[in-house]
Amino acid sequence: MSTEATTVHGHGPAPGIMRWITTTNHKDIGTLYLTFSFIMLFVGGAMAMVIRSELAQPGLQIVNPDFFNQMMTLHGLVMIFGVLMPALVGFANWLVPMQVGAPDMALPRLNNWSFWLLVAGMSMLLSTLLMPGGAMEMGWTMYAPQSLQTPFSFAFSIFSIHLMGISSILGSINIIATILNLRAPGMKLLKMPLFCWSWFVTAFLLIVIMPVLAGGVTMLLFDRFFGTSFFDAAGGGSPVLFQHVFWFFGHPEVYVMILPAFGIISEIIPTFSRKPIFGYTAMVYALACISFISFAVWAHHMFTSGMPTAANLFFMYASMLIAVPTGIKIFNWIATMWRGSLTFETPMLFATGFIVTFTIGGFTGVMMALVPADFQYHNSYFIVAHFHYVLAGGTLMALFGGIYYWLPKWTGHMYLERLGKTHFWLTIISLNVLFFPQHFLGLAGMPRRVPDYALQFTDFNLISSIGAFVFGASQLLFLYNVVRTVHRGKQATDRVWEGAHGLEWTVPSPAPYHTFQEAPDVK
Amino acid sequence: MSSHTGAQRYFIPHNSPWSFAITVGFFALLFGTAMLLSGMEKSGLAILCAGAVVMIVCMVGWWRLVIHESESRTYRALEDSSFRWGMVFFIFSEVCFFGAFFGALFYSRLFVLPFLSGASNNLFTEVLLWPGFVAQWPSNGPGNLGGTFEGMTPGGIAAMNTALLFISAVTVTIAHWGLKNGHRNIVKVFLALTFFLGFTFVVSQAHEYIHAYQQLGLTLGSGIYGTTFFVLTGFHGTHVTIGAIALLVIWVRVMRGHFDEHHHFGFEAIAWYWHFVDVVWLGLYLFVYWL
Repeated sequence: MSTEATTVHGHGPAPGIMRWITTTNHKDIGTLYLTFSFIMLFVGGAMAMVIRSELAQPGLQIVNPDFFNQMMTLHGLVMIFGVLMPALVGFANWLVPMQVGAPDMALPRLNNWSFWLLVAGMSMLLSTLLMPGGAMEMGWTMYAPQSLQTPFSFAFSIFSIHLMGISSILGSINIIATILNLRAPGMKLLKMPLFCWSWFVTAFLLIVIMPVLAGGVTMLLFDRFFGTSFFDAAGGGSPVLFQHVFWFFGHPEVYVMILPAFGIISEIIPTFSRKPIFGYTAMVYALACISFISFAVWAHHMFTSGMPTAANLFFMYASMLIAVPTGIKIFNWIATMWRGSLTFETPMLFATGFIVTFTIGGFTGVMMALVPADFQYHNSYFIVAHFHYVLAGGTLMALFGGIYYWLPKWTGHMYLERLGKTHFWLTIISLNVLFFPQHFLGLAGMPRRVPDYALQFTDFNLISSIGAFVFGASQLLFLYNVVRTVHRGKQATDRVWEGAHGLEWTVPSPAPYHTFQEAPDVK
Repeated sequence: MSSHTGAQRYFIPHNSPWSFAITVGFFALLFGTAMLLSGMEKSGLAILCAGAVVMIVCMVGWWRLVIHESESRTYRALEDSSFRWGMVFFIFSEVCFFGAFFGALFYSRLFVLPFLSGASNNLFTEVLLWPGFVAQWPSNGPGNLGGTFEGMTPGGIAAMNTALLFISAVTVTIAHWGLKNGHRNIVKVFLALTFFLGFTFVVSQAHEYIHAYQQLGLTLGSGIYGTTFFVLTGFHGTHVTIGAIALLVIWVRVMRGHFDEHHHFGFEAIAWYWHFVDVVWLGLYLFVYWL
């Protein structure tokens, strides 16, 4: 970021490496989060490449099953806790103070601490790969009792979850305090940009669920080392208890990953439609509604675990109910585009691509909410296709769109438009080549989490793997485009996009080191 | 290290080394603990202790800085409000943490034990796996883990501990009233009384644990009853200990002349925390000891 802009208000960043280690500036911390998440995207992506390489052909040819399972577990944990969540927190750090007209986050030292706790947690998690017996092999859900059989690295994996959980809780507290306390005069709650609303709701979700996850993994730790019986039927406990505790966290967690993505899309679409968002208030209530219902649907992950029928029915209806507020959001995005003066720069391409791919993932979600249908889909590749459509096709697409959208504001440079568009088309095509055949594999009965499979699944697996390699390689274009834009590129204007509205577009590009030291006028 | 920036709208501290340093300490603490648990006792303990020392040094350093900033009236209404929201949601997150363990208790009692004895759609669980098991409470499960034991009763130490915490909630409120009305001697006496009651609670809890292990045959390994009893009361006791230490620190600050009628967020934050451990105890007394 350029130096002349940073000296305007007297306090520029500290020189050298200490700037980044000790920083309390929301923009620096946002950059740290985004950079960290970018690195982790390639780490988690490399693990995905190992998985798809092994699955390109039936039989065991590249890695042994134990290592495959470790890759599968760490791929999930790295992508969720190391890529999607940190990237969204990075967006929040950069944008929430600027969008509500605050001088910084409410608790700047805590903000720095949240970031370093995340790095500590992720380092501890990745270090388990190097330990005797390797990392956990139970998938990111860590179900007892199998996760309890993890060799040496068990306690390290548990503590890494604790570290990342504390990081999320503290970060969320900060976002809530900023939104509640530091809005510029006149910035009423129902005037806030939807991105801020989405994070406000998300932060609340995180504060509820992260301690529950911490509790759940603590129970695992106690069962393993201190002889407790939380998950041991002989002592009157139950492994299903872990599933309940985990999914009470885990289901709202998937909304944690998608709601801020909704927020990003709700910023991009009005800009390139040159129309205000359709149904702003409905969008806010839909967010609140999704998060509220998300606490009452967790057991739809457990239809085959042997719950009483009444419980299955309740969770089925509650899960289908979530499609209503989600449908409102999708309808309103399309209604915003309706008769808009549309242009399709890269962010808009990703936003429209998001609507399509996310909706596919949403529909398969409704299919699996049906108990009898889920009995067929459960633990098959169908579910793998479903959640990759919403996480890669949803959140990741929104993140790409958001990066292209705000990168000129952050760096002061325009990215390469043609390269961005190439990145989009390669990504969306390879994404569908990668994940769409997995629906067929799942419906035909291929189980998930296996390194080997029956011969009739070969063709679709090979297609899927080819899609994966193209998808992975396409992200190198993105890497180049971003790194280049940070250093050089056409000077961006303050407004950047013709149709952009909001406080962040009123400050210079790149945004000065300190913004809104004095409260802006909000009309 | 810290200064106001630009206009006087909001205090933004600069370049804090504490958060990074404390993370290094925390990482070492957890890494060492994990090594200790995984069979590397000696090196694990060394790393654990090193981490703990770093953490304590950083906590002292970080809080000294914040107390100094507070006493030099760096924080005004807007900063104060941020701290309040922060503390509210921190306590809320703690409530959710306890929620997980209360949830485990309710789920085990209401569902798991009946299911193991064949209720709902689990007939064959009882017939094939645990023939003859009858759900009851307290229970150490169909495997009779940990051997015969007696459950806790709501009388005795538990009733006394309830009284201790309730009285301490009153004394901390009186201390708060004294602070707001400028009666500093009342603050000193009643705050001291509060943390004294808190430490007494912890000691009598330890006494209860010893009693459970030695006379009742109740241990952490006594199936689901021992598990939920010790883990719930143990985490609560940890929080009481932390709260009592925090009250002690606040008391030392009062003795040194910190806080005044209007400027005492540190005091109130700990008072809130103290009420929080109180309310959790109410839940424990009701669901763990009584029902």
